[in-house]
Amino acid sequence: MTPLQKGLLAALAAGALVFPFVAANDYYIYVMSLAYIMAIAAVGLNLILGYTGQLNLAHAGFMAIGAYTVGILTVDYGWPYWATFVLAGILAGVFGLAAGLLSLRLKTHYFSIFTLCVGFIIYLIIEKADGLTHGTVGISAIPAPTGIGPVQFNSTVPQYYLVFAFLCLSLFVMSRIVNSLLGRSFVAIRNSEELAETLGINLMRTKVLAFVISTIYAGLAGALYAGFVRFLGPDLAREHHTFDMLAFILIGGIGTLFGPVLGAILLTWLTQSLQFLEDYRMIVFGPLLILLVMYFPQGIVGFYRTQQARRAAAAPAPERSARPARVEEARVNA
Amino acid sequence: MNIFFQQFLNGLTLGSVYALVALGLTLVYGILHIPNFAHGALYMVGAYVAFFLARSVGLNYWVAMAGAAAAVAVIAVLSDRLIFHQLRHAPPLHDMIAAIGLLLFLEAGVQAIWGAEFHRLQPPYPQIVRMFDLIAPAQRLIIIGAAFGLMILLHLFLTRTMMGSTIIAMAQNRDGASLVGIDATKVSILTFAISGALAAIAATLFAPINLIYPAMGNLVIMKAFVIIILGGMGSIPGAILGGMVIGFAESFGAFYVSTDYKDIIAFALLVLILSFRPQGLFPSGAR
Amino acid sequence: MLEVRSLTKRFGGLSAVKEVTATFETGRINAIIGPNGAGKTTFFNLISGFHRPTSGRITLEGRDVTGLRPDRMAALGVGRTFQTTSLFDQATVLDNLIVGHKLRTQSTFWDVMTNSARLRADERACRAKAEEVLDFVGLAPIANRLAADISQEERKRIAFALALATDPKIVLLDEPAGGVNPEETVGLANLIRKMVRSGITVCLIEHKMDMIMSLADRIVVLDHGEKIAEGTPAQIRANPKVIEAYLGADYAAA
Repeated sequence: MTPLQKGLLAALAAGALVFPFVAANDYYIYVMSLAYIMAIAAVGLNLILGYTGQLNLAHAGFMAIGAYTVGILTVDYGWPYWATFVLAGILAGVFGLAAGLLSLRLKTHYFSIFTLCVGFIIYLIIEKADGLTHGTVGISAIPAPTGIGPVQFNSTVPQYYLVFAFLCLSLFVMSRIVNSLLGRSFVAIRNSEELAETLGINLMRTKVLAFVISTIYAGLAGALYAGFVRFLGPDLAREHHTFDMLAFILIGGIGTLFGPVLGAILLTWLTQSLQFLEDYRMIVFGPLLILLVMYFPQGIVGFYRTQQARRAAAAPAPERSARPARVEEARVNA
Repeated sequence: MNIFFQQFLNGLTLGSVYALVALGLTLVYGILHIPNFAHGALYMVGAYVAFFLARSVGLNYWVAMAGAAAAVAVIAVLSDRLIFHQLRHAPPLHDMIAAIGLLLFLEAGVQAIWGAEFHRLQPPYPQIVRMFDLIAPAQRLIIIGAAFGLMILLHLFLTRTMMGSTIIAMAQNRDGASLVGIDATKVSILTFAISGALAAIAATLFAPINLIYPAMGNLVIMKAFVIIILGGMGSIPGAILGGMVIGFAESFGAFYVSTDYKDIIAFALLVLILSFRPQGLFPSGAR
Repeated sequence: MLEVRSLTKRFGGLSAVKEVTATFETGRINAIIGPNGAGKTTFFNLISGFHRPTSGRITLEGRDVTGLRPDRMAALGVGRTFQTTSLFDQATVLDNLIVGHKLRTQSTFWDVMTNSARLRADERACRAKAEEVLDFVGLAPIANRLAADISQEERKRIAFALALATDPKIVLLDEPAGGVNPEETVGLANLIRKMVRSGITVCLIEHKMDMIMSLADRIVVLDHGEKIAEGTPAQIRANPKVIEAYLGADYAAA
C-alpha cells in the first residue's frame, strides 16, 4: 500500500473507533452496526460475484441459514451464543458446498437462475417447516452474544465494537485471499474461464472454493445479525436482500476490497436519512442499479483504483532494481 | 372422478398461464440472449393495468386486457431500447443486473401507486359451467381457451407471416439474418412487444382466480425460467410443453402430496435435471 | 512430441474433425491451415482438452492424454492462446502475467490463510516468472501500463507471454497475428522463432500465407475436417488439392 492509502485507512479506522462518542444518539450507532453486518455479508458476496464473476442470487438465503442456526439453537435449545456462531458458519459452508457443486457447472445465466431458485427454496423451507424454524411467526428474544471476559454485549456501544472487530477481521482475511495467488485465479476465471483453464486452473474446484468462502461469510454475518437484531423472520432469506447487497457492491466498487463496505455504509445511511424513502427506496435503487451498470460499472473504489493505476503507469519506467516496490503497489490494485 | 377432473382442469389452467409467460420469456432469451429477470414484473404490471382499467376507468374485462397488453408491450420495448440494447456489448453480468434493477423499479412503482395490499379483479363470467356431471368455473375454461387460441395465433404469425419468419431467422442464425438484410432492431422491438403482451394477457387471465399484489410476479418468473431451461431456450413447443408439465405437476402435487411445498416442485425438477444435464434438456445448437 | 491418431469430433450429425492423423515434432514450428470452417480451431480445442474427441487418440510425449481436461493438459505442458485475449483491463500488464505460473506452485488454501513462507516463495516465483516472460516477448518497458491501454500487437505478445509463463513444452497459437499489420506480423514471427530456439514446440493456426510459408517447418492442411495434405511449405504450395481447397481466396489475404 502507498503511504497515502495507509494513512487513509488509519484515518477511517480511527473515525470508526471514535464514532460512538460523536454519534448524536444510540439509534445512529445501531444503524452503523447494522451497516457493518451487511458489509460483512456484502464482502462475502463480492468474492464470488466481483472477483470470480458469478452472480449468486442465493446469498441472502445463506445469511438466513446462519441466522436461523443461531436463533433456533439459542432460543429453542439453550446453546451458548458463540458455539452457535461457529456452527452457523460451518452449516452455511456445508450448504454452500452442496449448492456450489450442483450449480457451478452451469454457465453465467443458468447459474444465476439456478441460485435464484435455490434462494427461494431456502426461503420456502424456512417459512413452511415451522416445527423447526417457527415459520412466519419468526424467532424472537434471541440472546445477545455472550460476554467475553469482563465485556458484556447486551448494549449498543459494546455491540458496535464487536461488530466492527468482526468487520476488520473479515476484511483482513478477505485481503489475504484476494491479494494472493488464489485471488488471482479467481480474477482469471472472471476474465475468461477458458483462458483460466489453459493456465492450469481447475475451474470447478476454484469456483466452489470461492462460493463456499462467500457462503461462510454470509452465514457468519447472519449469525451476527441474529445476535444483534434479536428477531428473525423467513423474509431474511428473500432475494431482495441479495439485491440490496448487489447495490452496495456496485456502488462501492465491484471486485474491490473496500467497495462493498463503502457501498453498505453509504446506502444504509442514505436510506436512513431519507426515511420517507424507506418503502419506496427501490424506485430509486432500481434505476440506480441500471444506470450504474450502464455508465459506471466500476463503482467508486474501482474508479479511484483505475485512476491511480493510470497515474502510476504514466510515471517513468522503473529500472530493474526499483521494480519490487512498484509491483508491490500494483499488487494491491487487483 | 369429479375431484380428479378438478385437478386436471387446475393443471391445465396453471399450465396455460405458465406456458404464456414462458413463451414470452423464451422468445426474448432464445432470440436476443437476454435473461429478462424483469419479465415477472411485466406480468405483474399487466395485472395492475388491467385492474386499473377495469375498476377505475370502468372498461370491459376484454378491453382492459387489450389495454394491459398494449401498455406492457410498450414498457417492454422501452426497456429493450433504453437498457438492454445499450448493454449488448457488455459482459452478461450487466444484463442480469440491469434486469434486476428494472424489476425492483417496477415493483416499487406499482406499490407506490396502488399500495401493497391485495386486490381482486372481477371475472367477466363468474358462473360455473356444468357439463355431463362435471363442474368447471367458467374463468378456468376461458383461461385455457384464450391461452390455446393465443398459442395458435402466435404459431401462425411466426410461420405464415413475413414479420414472423424474420424472428425465426434471427433465432436460428443471427449473423446470417442480418446479412440477408433482416433488421435486427425491428425484430428486437417485435420480440419484446410480443413477450410483454403475452405476459400481460396471462396475468389478466389469471387475476380473477388469484389475487393481485406487487410480488405476484416473483414466483411466476422463476418457474418460467425453469420451464424454458427445461424446455429449451427459444423453443416454443418446449415452453408450452414445459408449462403444462409444471402446471400439472403442481396441481396434482398440491392436492395429492402437499399444498405447502407445491412451489418447490418446479425448482426441485430444475435441480434434478440440471444436475445431470448442465446444458438443459434441449441445448440450443445455434449459439 | 504430440501425436494425434484418427482424431474425430462429431457435433450431433456434423463432423467438425474427421479421422485426422498427424505428428508434431519436438522443436519444430508446425502450422495448421485451411479455408474457413475447416475445423482448425476445433482441432486445437481437441488437443488442448476443451472438447472430448468422439474417437481417436492424442499422445503427448508418448503418454495418452485423450480426453483430459484443459487444466490437466496445461499441467502436462500444453500452452495455448486464443483468437481474442481476455485480460484484466484494470490491472497492469505485469499483474496480468503473474497468475500464469500458478500451476507450477504448491501452495494450498491454508498457506493463503496463514501467509506462510511457502506462499510468499510461490508468489515471488510467479512474479519473477512474469518478469522473465515479459522480458522475453520484449515488453518489459510497459510492465506497469494498464492492460486496457495497450495496442493489439502488444496484446498478442502478452498472450504469448501468458502461455510461456506456464512453462509449456508445446504452445498452440490460434491466429497469433490476427488484426496485426505486416510489419508487426514479422515481429511476431521472429518472436515465434525465438520461442522455438528456447526449446518450445510451436503449433499455430494462421491465415496469413506469407507468414506461414516463411515460418513453418511443417504444414498440415485441413478442409471440411479432414487432413488433405501435409508437408514442407514448398510441398504444400505446389499441392493441387490445397490450391483447389482454397481456390486462391486466401493467397491475397496476408
